[in-house]
Amino acid sequence: MSPTPPMPSMDSTSSIMQGTTDNGLLAPWPDEDGAPFWEFAARGELRVQGCADCHRLRFPPRPCCPHCQSFGSEWRRMTGRGRIWSYAVPHPPLLPAYAELAPYNVVVVELAEAPHIRLVGNVVTASDAPLDSVDPALLRIGAPVRVAFAELAGGVTVPRWLLERP
Amino acid sequence: MAALKDTTAIAGIGQTPFARRLPSSEKTLACQAILAALDDAGIPPSQVDAFASYTMEETDEVEIAKAIGAGDVTFFAKAGYGGGGSCATVAHLAAAIATGQATVGVAWRSRKRGSGPRPWRNTTAQLPTPAQWTRPYGLLRPVDEIAVLARRYMHEYGATRDHFCNVALACRNRAHQNPAAVMHDRPLTREAYMDARWISEPLCLFDNCLETDGALACVVVPADRARDCRHPPVYVHSAAQGLPAQHHGMVNYWNDDPLTGPSWTAARHLWKTADFGPEDVDVAQIYDAFTPLIPLSLEGYGFCGRGEGAAFTEGGALEPGGRLPLNTAGGGLSEAYVHGFNLINEGVRQLRGHSTAQVPGATTCLVTAGEGVPTSALLLRS
Ligand SMILES: [Zn+2]
Repeated sequence: MSPTPPMPSMDSTSSIMQGTTDNGLLAPWPDEDGAPFWEFAARGELRVQGCADCHRLRFPPRPCCPHCQSFGSEWRRMTGRGRIWSYAVPHPPLLPAYAELAPYNVVVVELAEAPHIRLVGNVVTASDAPLDSVDPALLRIGAPVRVAFAELAGGVTVPRWLLERP
Repeated sequence: MAALKDTTAIAGIGQTPFARRLPSSEKTLACQAILAALDDAGIPPSQVDAFASYTMEETDEVEIAKAIGAGDVTFFAKAGYGGGGSCATVAHLAAAIATGQATVGVAWRSRKRGSGPRPWRNTTAQLPTPAQWTRPYGLLRPVDEIAVLARRYMHEYGATRDHFCNVALACRNRAHQNPAAVMHDRPLTREAYMDARWISEPLCLFDNCLETDGALACVVVPADRARDCRHPPVYVHSAAQGLPAQHHGMVNYWNDDPLTGPSWTAARHLWKTADFGPEDVDVAQIYDAFTPLIPLSLEGYGFCGRGEGAAFTEGGALEPGGRLPLNTAGGGLSEAYVHGFNLINEGVRQLRGHSTAQVPGATTCLVTAGEGVPTSALLLRS
């Protein structure tokens, strides 16, 4: 198995363990298979799990390849370019931290080099801008986007998406 | 092959009242519904030897069996994936009875969803997969997950909010005919639908099912025994579960074709073992936690082609006298949301000729469980 970073620290005081960041947004709660994604995100790299034998990409990450059953995996770097496959605009009732930002957008982005790999995320005006920073009326299915990385209040880094043509 | 076909039947149905808030516990409601179903069948509780329910059911078989006075129980099973398990409870009982593992089976669902907590509000018990890929971004609730699929469906096939409204109105109109429905006396118009507040764009309040307290149950027995019960038998003609290859649950965004859901998988097996096809179905009870599930299911179960489900709802097709009268007691959208069990009981009423929105001469009914999650379905016939 090629580079698989260790699991993020999950001691009892970490925000990951608590499930929310300091501002109440939910933090990713990685499992063993997903942990490398978050480790790479913390370094500003968008990487997706692929098979070390047949080299096909898969998402979400899982222990073995559904095509050739190999347990070997490699984390392949993506360009971070993609297009909006679909999106929703949630309104309350929501968890309190999200209700404060509503309406905000949640997009599903298909990656340029692997359209069947689709990542859920948010389109924002800048990597550190809030979830409601883009007017939902500006969103279109098919719109090109590129990744940016945001460090959340709890120290966890997540990918966000910027419109290529705002 | 097809050893299941018509060898078992639903002989009894029972339910509690439905309301936003009921004072009794889920356990009490479960016992009330089960005893009502056994009474409807004319079978004493001491003869019950099989149980099936949902993995999300909070009252287990031990509690039910000792409370209602069941005999020795030789089969018990649970079906997973929330509302995807509804028809599977009956399917598991039918399979057990057809293979001689038991003779009187009870399936049930009791839920205080109206007055109880919403599962999506739980932040501490979030599952690592797939929640780590969705919830941090504010994709929190089932309605958000379906809204993403709904917008893609609208984009690909020209479906509109008018189509989703057709579904909401069909269910509400049937609820007006059903005094037991939560929305029996609450009219809905297309104007009110279009003006309703958003829950998760493109879905509004009326695209969402109700939040209900209530319980339902049914009794499954061998076909020859059903013929001696109080009501005409409603035969389990065909049954199937559906977990498609590379399916991801309600966030099914990660395969080649996310709009081809578990319905397609269940349907292929359902029709393979049936003596009739979609064109012969007189009335349908299709799982309607959210309105877009109806056009997706209409496609999946073969009532129309891929991408034609929205157009199918036009021209009153889902109303009485239309091509496929839908959710004739009001469904999850307007009768009660009890994880789809009310759809099973209404299917039985239609084939007994006892529905409050009876389809004249109905002899075949499709009942489905939740689309978008690993699902199940039944073909019932009189
Ligand atoms: Zn492989």
